[in-house]
Amino acid sequence: MPANPLPKPTAHPNEGALNEAGGHHGDVRGYLVGFFWAVLLTVIPFALVMTGFFPPGVTAAVAAILAVAQIVVHLVYFLHMDRSAAQRWNVLVFVFTMLVIGIVIVGTLWVMYNMNANMMH
Amino acid sequence: MSHHHDHAGHDHGHHDAGGNAVFGFWVYLMSDCLLFSGLFAAYAVLSGATVDGPTAKELFDLKFVLGETFLLLVSSLTFGLAMIGAYKGSRSQLLGWLLVTFLLGAGFLGMELYEFNHLIHEGAGPDRSAFLSAFFTLVATHGLHVTSGIIWMIVLVIQVLMRGLTPKNMTRLACLSLFWHFLDIIWIGVFTVVYLLGAL
Repeated sequence: MPANPLPKPTAHPNEGALNEAGGHHGDVRGYLVGFFWAVLLTVIPFALVMTGFFPPGVTAAVAAILAVAQIVVHLVYFLHMDRSAAQRWNVLVFVFTMLVIGIVIVGTLWVMYNMNANMMH
Repeated sequence: MSHHHDHAGHDHGHHDAGGNAVFGFWVYLMSDCLLFSGLFAAYAVLSGATVDGPTAKELFDLKFVLGETFLLLVSSLTFGLAMIGAYKGSRSQLLGWLLVTFLLGAGFLGMELYEFNHLIHEGAGPDRSAFLSAFFTLVATHGLHVTSGIIWMIVLVIQVLMRGLTPKNMTRLACLSLFWHFLDIIWIGVFTVVYLLGAL
């Protein structure tokens, strides 16, 4: 029963032996697969920036997308986030946090950009 | 939470306590995420404010940062292997991989301190420009988290040596493992936003 940062007693409380610490261990293969993807998603953006293969605008967009992809890889393979019932509360809190972070970051950049544009020039 | 109480009578009280502790820790990590999002937003706004001082492009050495990134990434993997050992009940596997994780984390911190020292000696300290203030605040906050993780790791190793793989210690290990993986995720944001985008 995959159940890493899982809060909830699962639908199968008697499988609790592994889950009693509220943690899930995953398996070696899962960690290695995640590690493989993480390495790939790290090396590609570094290589693109260091070689200047694409114009800066394209590189920036690709680096940002690959960063998000790597974060997802970490969440799935290292933090064992999934769609199971056991993970529901973790995922819910996570999604809400991402919403707030989106508002903070996008809002900040938007407001500050407009302030610069209207007051400095 | 009503679901939770369905099992209250099944003598799984201590299981639930561990699960709730880990969930509570997860909620803390999410609030930590919010703290970092504020620092990232500040950095994004101030990254161009160099006051004719050195810019990100002039200062950062990407090969060095790639080295730091790999130390942290490999340490995430080794912590995972340590936890697999713990769940198997193998204290030696847990402690062995934790030692490797500790060394990698300490290596990362050493590199970061070296970089900070180098920047300050070049006259690019946190007082040089708003860009550098934001840079030092963001990266050092992450570094302080890694430092706490390392200290916590030492404490848990002592706990495990003294009391073994008790349910309490397993809960603590599960929380620290979340913390450690979480720091690696924050680092993805740091190396992308600060170093990669800065070098463009």
